[in-house]
Amino acid sequence: MERAEQTGKEITARALGLVACTRCHLAWPKHAATCGRCGHKLISRDPKSLQRVWAFWILGLMCYVPANLFPMLQTRTLIYSQEDTIVGGAIELIHYGSWSVALVILFASVAIPIGKFLAIAFLAMSVSRPSSVSKSQRQLLYEVVDYIGRWSMIDIFVVAILSSLVQLSLLVTINPGPASLFFALSVIFTMISAHSFDSRMIWDAQRTQNEGNQDE
Amino acid sequence: MNDTHDIHPRLDLIICPSCDAAFKLEKPAHGERAVCRRCETVLITPRRKAGLQIIAVSLAVLILIVAAAVFPFLSVQAGSVHNSVSILETALAFQDGPLVILSLTTLSLIILIPMARMILSLYVLVPIVRDRPPARHAASAFRLSEALRPWSMAEIFAIGCAVALIKVGQLVDVSFGPAFWMFVVLVVLVVVQDTFICRWSVWNALNKPAKR
Repeated sequence: MERAEQTGKEITARALGLVACTRCHLAWPKHAATCGRCGHKLISRDPKSLQRVWAFWILGLMCYVPANLFPMLQTRTLIYSQEDTIVGGAIELIHYGSWSVALVILFASVAIPIGKFLAIAFLAMSVSRPSSVSKSQRQLLYEVVDYIGRWSMIDIFVVAILSSLVQLSLLVTINPGPASLFFALSVIFTMISAHSFDSRMIWDAQRTQNEGNQDE
Repeated sequence: MNDTHDIHPRLDLIICPSCDAAFKLEKPAHGERAVCRRCETVLITPRRKAGLQIIAVSLAVLILIVAAAVFPFLSVQAGSVHNSVSILETALAFQDGPLVILSLTTLSLIILIPMARMILSLYVLVPIVRDRPPARHAASAFRLSEALRPWSMAEIFAIGCAVALIKVGQLVDVSFGPAFWMFVVLVVLVVVQDTFICRWSVWNALNKPAKR
């Protein structure tokens, strides 16, 4: 099982008339319905998975809009009270001269979520039409998106830490704004969307494209 | 599942879950790893004494979670005004009407789910390591633990602390309580626990109740 030179074609479980459990990796005959070891449902390729991907993708996007329109943080001090959206807060920081922090925030809370939406959409579309991006690059992209998804929750945790910590009676208080709820929902929905994607379809599409449909 | 008797798994094969490539199963030596030749997904990573190490780490994490949740975590000082919070209070920071849901979510993500995962892996691994037959419903327990894996976000919360400190650092004086250091250790241990555990080996051990 150590990595050998690329010797050409690998045989897929489907070509062998088998279906693999995606959870515990055990191979079963094609007509088995559930995995006898872990009880997971056995599906060689899940045609409904793309529908799930798109459904949660749209939900995530719908939540991402109010997440940017409503304030994320409400800061109250003795002299003023201020509500900041995600982008607004970053612009505020630029005014104060904290370029680096502002850029990090813009990258983590704006560029990464939008990039995630684009990447999932690209992957979902690439399985049904020819793509110029190689299969291993798309597999890598999928793994990156799947890995990064959870890390967007960091914004919510920062809001939680700030608004519990900075409660200095009259001096300064920070409270969470309504955008935090939408942002959290958006992250959760995109995580589910990415998780619903069946990465085996990346490799199928390429196969049929290169050498014609052999299996089934 | 058990309704048809002619359905048997192919134990001589291993299928890559990411790309469906089939390989002849050869268990790598301790410390080595088996990697899918096509998409490079790691399939098997056995380690010597991994079971015992994971059990020890899981126990340590459980104790640390409880301690880190209640002790003072961070405190701020600006002039004469002072405020100190525990992780539990931080998680419950969202209290405005519908935002309460977010408090419950945060609490689950940083405390309850990591805790549940540790309890589940102890439940699954202790009988295996002691050479006993697997515990009742051990397969479901391990399944749940694996399903919860992406939702266990203690390490993300730790980085969130760093970001929050950068944000308020200029505004007020922040100091760390004992729970902060416990939490740092805890995050390291959670990551260690996660890399030590070889999913394939656990499933394999759950497969043969009598032997080993």
